[in-house]
Amino acid sequence: MSKGLITLLLISPLIGFLINGLFGKWLKNVSGWIASLAVLISFIISAFVVFPAVRSGGELKETLYEWIPIERIESLNIGFHIDALTTVMLLIITGVGFLIHIYSIGYMSHDSGRARYFAYLNLFVFAMLILVLANNYLMMFIGWEGVGLCSYLLIGYWFERKSATDAGKKAFIVNRIGDFGFLLGMLTLFAAFGTLGFDTLFERAATNTYEQVFGASTLIVATLLLLVGAVGKSAQIPLYVWLPDAMEGPTPVSALIHAATMVTAGVYMVARSSILFNLAHTGVVVAWIGVLTALFAATMALAANDIKRVLAYSTVSQLGYMFVGVGVGAYTSGIFHLMTHAFFKGLMFLTAGSVMHAMSDELDMRKMGGLKSKLPITYWTFLIGALAIAGFPLLSGFWSKDEILHNAWDGGHQVIFGIGLLTAFLTAFYMFRLIFVVFHGESRVDSEVESHLHESPPVMWIPLVLLAIPSLIIGAIVGWGGEDSAIHNFLGDVFTHHGTSDHSNPIPFMVISSIVGIAGILVAGFMYRNKAPLNEPTNPLHKLIANKYYIDEIYNAVFVQPIRGVSHYLFWKIMDVSIIDGLVNLTAFIIRGIGGSIRRLQTGVVQAYVVSMVIGIIIFLGYYLFIR
Amino acid sequence: MLLSAVIFLPLLGAILIALARHILGESGLKWIALIVTLLTFAVSLSLYTGFDATTHEMQFKEQRPWIAGLGISYHLGIDGISLWLVLLTTFLTPLCVLAAWNSIEKGTSGFMSSLLMLETAMIGVFCALDLFLFYVFWEAMLIPMYLLIGIWGGHRRIYATIKFVLYTMAGSALMLVGILYLYFQNDNTFNLMTLYGRTLSHQNLLFLAFFIAFAIKVPLFPFHTWLPDAHVEAPTVGSVILAGVLLKMGTYGIVRFCLPLFPEGTAAYTPLIVTLSVIGIIYGALVAMVQPDLKKLVAYSSVSHLGFVVLGLFALNHQGVQGGILQMINHGLSTGALFLLVGMIYERRHTHMIADFGGLSKQMPIFAVFFMIVTLSSIGLPGLNGFVGEFMILLGGFMSDSFSKVYVIIAATGVIFAAVYMLWMFQRVMFGKLDNPKNQTLTDLSLREIVVLVPIVVFIVWIGIYPKTFLSRMEQSVSQVLRQSRSTAAVKAAAPAIVLDTTTKEAKEVDE
Repeated sequence: MSKGLITLLLISPLIGFLINGLFGKWLKNVSGWIASLAVLISFIISAFVVFPAVRSGGELKETLYEWIPIERIESLNIGFHIDALTTVMLLIITGVGFLIHIYSIGYMSHDSGRARYFAYLNLFVFAMLILVLANNYLMMFIGWEGVGLCSYLLIGYWFERKSATDAGKKAFIVNRIGDFGFLLGMLTLFAAFGTLGFDTLFERAATNTYEQVFGASTLIVATLLLLVGAVGKSAQIPLYVWLPDAMEGPTPVSALIHAATMVTAGVYMVARSSILFNLAHTGVVVAWIGVLTALFAATMALAANDIKRVLAYSTVSQLGYMFVGVGVGAYTSGIFHLMTHAFFKGLMFLTAGSVMHAMSDELDMRKMGGLKSKLPITYWTFLIGALAIAGFPLLSGFWSKDEILHNAWDGGHQVIFGIGLLTAFLTAFYMFRLIFVVFHGESRVDSEVESHLHESPPVMWIPLVLLAIPSLIIGAIVGWGGEDSAIHNFLGDVFTHHGTSDHSNPIPFMVISSIVGIAGILVAGFMYRNKAPLNEPTNPLHKLIANKYYIDEIYNAVFVQPIRGVSHYLFWKIMDVSIIDGLVNLTAFIIRGIGGSIRRLQTGVVQAYVVSMVIGIIIFLGYYLFIR
Repeated sequence: MLLSAVIFLPLLGAILIALARHILGESGLKWIALIVTLLTFAVSLSLYTGFDATTHEMQFKEQRPWIAGLGISYHLGIDGISLWLVLLTTFLTPLCVLAAWNSIEKGTSGFMSSLLMLETAMIGVFCALDLFLFYVFWEAMLIPMYLLIGIWGGHRRIYATIKFVLYTMAGSALMLVGILYLYFQNDNTFNLMTLYGRTLSHQNLLFLAFFIAFAIKVPLFPFHTWLPDAHVEAPTVGSVILAGVLLKMGTYGIVRFCLPLFPEGTAAYTPLIVTLSVIGIIYGALVAMVQPDLKKLVAYSSVSHLGFVVLGLFALNHQGVQGGILQMINHGLSTGALFLLVGMIYERRHTHMIADFGGLSKQMPIFAVFFMIVTLSSIGLPGLNGFVGEFMILLGGFMSDSFSKVYVIIAATGVIFAAVYMLWMFQRVMFGKLDNPKNQTLTDLSLREIVVLVPIVVFIVWIGIYPKTFLSRMEQSVSQVLRQSRSTAAVKAAAPAIVLDTTTKEAKEVDE
């Protein structure tokens, strides 16, 4: 594991971006393969160089160069920090990323702008790699905002559609609100500890004494501010609103950015800052935000009719689980769920893309039905993903979700455990509602669309199969054995400082969560199998959920419109144009007025001048002769 | 002699153009302007290569008596602060010549001579070490700018020019009083270097006299209302120079005169000034958001960005002042480029109303790429130039002893609003359906236009990923300004916010 190879790992997608960005016009079909190759190179280095090295205890912590010199304190650098946590992220980003690149070749084959698409996709991978390779917060922030930029560009990829560009802009701005917190968190940390480098900072935080800031412990303030950033990026309450809209982007983008990688950056950041969160005891806030988001988003998934939106709410909900994991101090479990989720949710988005591809971009589940026989590979792979997320015994999601819930219970968070369990039930329910409505029952497909229903080409279905396999088995492979499992052994050293040591017997938890998951599947089957589904909402609760609790409308009424109105009328029209500029013009007017009146004295009539001179002389003489 | 060469080469060019206007055709005059400005840039590069970054002393000094009887001398010199502003000026001017290549409809010779005279005056401002000389250049700059806006401007150009000139003159009148007071108070000297060594009396009043002149130029809220009008009416090149260089004369003046000469005044007025800067940051951003006119939008965004610069300068620590100076360069590049871009579509459509556009990305993909990069730079995306400056300013502010952290928190919300107004503008101009028939025939950028933009983008990326090139050369000079601004007893002994001299060494060892 040398610095040169890591640099190659990092810049390979950047080179892909530059090739497609500069010469895309002439590349035509090749652009997708170039982009895929660029990510493949990164994957090979991650899997065959970094992973073995780190597994045998290696680390790479090296500064590349001094980025922003800070006089008399400590410069902010560009450098690598590779440990087990980084490695897991690298494998997910480049592995899942590569498959999604390949899939995109098929999915985007009819799009004339695909060189631009692949350029953005490569740029995204590059930014994501910066995010996880960084050895300090500020460099992480480059990747952090970089992935946000790519997300913005890719959501609004079809820029002629207003809804798409609106969604992209919304994603960027809501993320910026989170980044505002991240930024202040960094300022707080730097002011207190004089560094933003991970190792030095964590060491100083654990040993140094530090002052209070804003009347609270610096670490509490700093971790909560960092959390604001994580909440924005990982779409948690109250900043989750951008993610459902982000589905306007091409579906492989939703799979890569809005399910498998970027949105998990917040979880990664909290895990990376585990020492700070442990010292500050702010993890419980993370866990509560997570579990409330998990439940809240799951309820919205119950009433959504758009296949991608169901998956989007599901993603928000699952990210909530990850927050619970890292919040209760079970960092490894949180990252474990991040990994399994990357596989099964990436898979489900790609299968949804396969459905859309077959159905001329139809998204409304009410116009589907009975697709099982027409799209067999799509059906079976989706089913695997759905079973995995539903926590069906022994599939990947079962292991990771169970670990999180188990740790929540052991950490003394029984209420969080309960809400998490309820959410698990809802998850199984809404996923199988989707399966039954889309793939089973009578076909409700338009006859015209029906005539060219087709399974996707190999370039698309092979990635589906390659993602379905880990969705099935990865949980058992790396998660079997609880604290002695492969993933715990691998990640254990990164998170040595965390909480609960006594673990209760895991078997009852596994049984309970299996029952809950299967129950959700059965209820969904009972309600939606072979029935005419999805009525218009009639009762008020259903209506409320179907309208997403009117949160977008509330934000618009409380924040967007007032700020715009105040800016336009109060600040611009009244303050700027009327008051300030009015005063300026008034001054000019007065001066001109004075000048105008004084000008009248200069009449040009000599007699008048003489008269005024004589009067003047008389006054002066009178003053000196008589008054003094 | 190097500085004199850089200052007066453009003036020679201007004279040459004026003389040759009957002999050469229009394109000949333009070529002279281009060659002269490029030559000036080339000569100014030797300032960069010959610059000694290890000292704060003024370099490339020239001093000879000018009006000896009154103690006025022709005294030039640059340090690590003025170096960058000189280079920014010599860098932007040839790009301006190139940008104006096809857009001047009348009086090429007048236009180009004005532009070159303007360059002379601007460089002079940044090099002058004699207060009288400084004042001469400061005022001389107004004349060519007056002509550029007044003759080659838009419909309301007369109102805008007069407003611009009177606003500035009102400020400079006060500064002149301040300069004369300093002169009589200090044994009849205009020599800035001599004054640096003195402890001056009546600092608060003197500070105000200078500061108001600079604040108008910056422009600091509430002295900003000349700027939107001037920008909207100015021709493209006028806007580029105005935003790129002229506004920096205000912030430069603060660093060169207000902070080091009047530490007491600085301490006394810091709370007020920082409040005004923070108001400007938010206010400028919010008003920018609702502008229907592209040029006004960029003008108000300048109010917001320059608010950041002033905030950084008054943090009175390394990070803040360095960040502020870097942000001057950044703003010159990004906002200069924004005005160039707006000018490019203005040349095609003769409008800069946002509502007249929409969907341009489809018709002008190359333009879209440049516009996006510059927009992101202006938003402060990490990896591009704006972020480095903003972060250093916020860090400086956060660690400053001069004012509360609350100011920084409010200022930092500016990064959210910046994204709002820039991205919303970009969406309305570039995205959506290309439904206006007048836009459907637009042509993408020409080679000349690409050549204008590429150098700016190179620096936008350069500063973003390797700002050290710029920061290391200004470091000593900034330290000197800080020493001077703390030198009197009136300023409480400003201890660094955290003492890390020992721990830093350890930290560095750990890192290595």
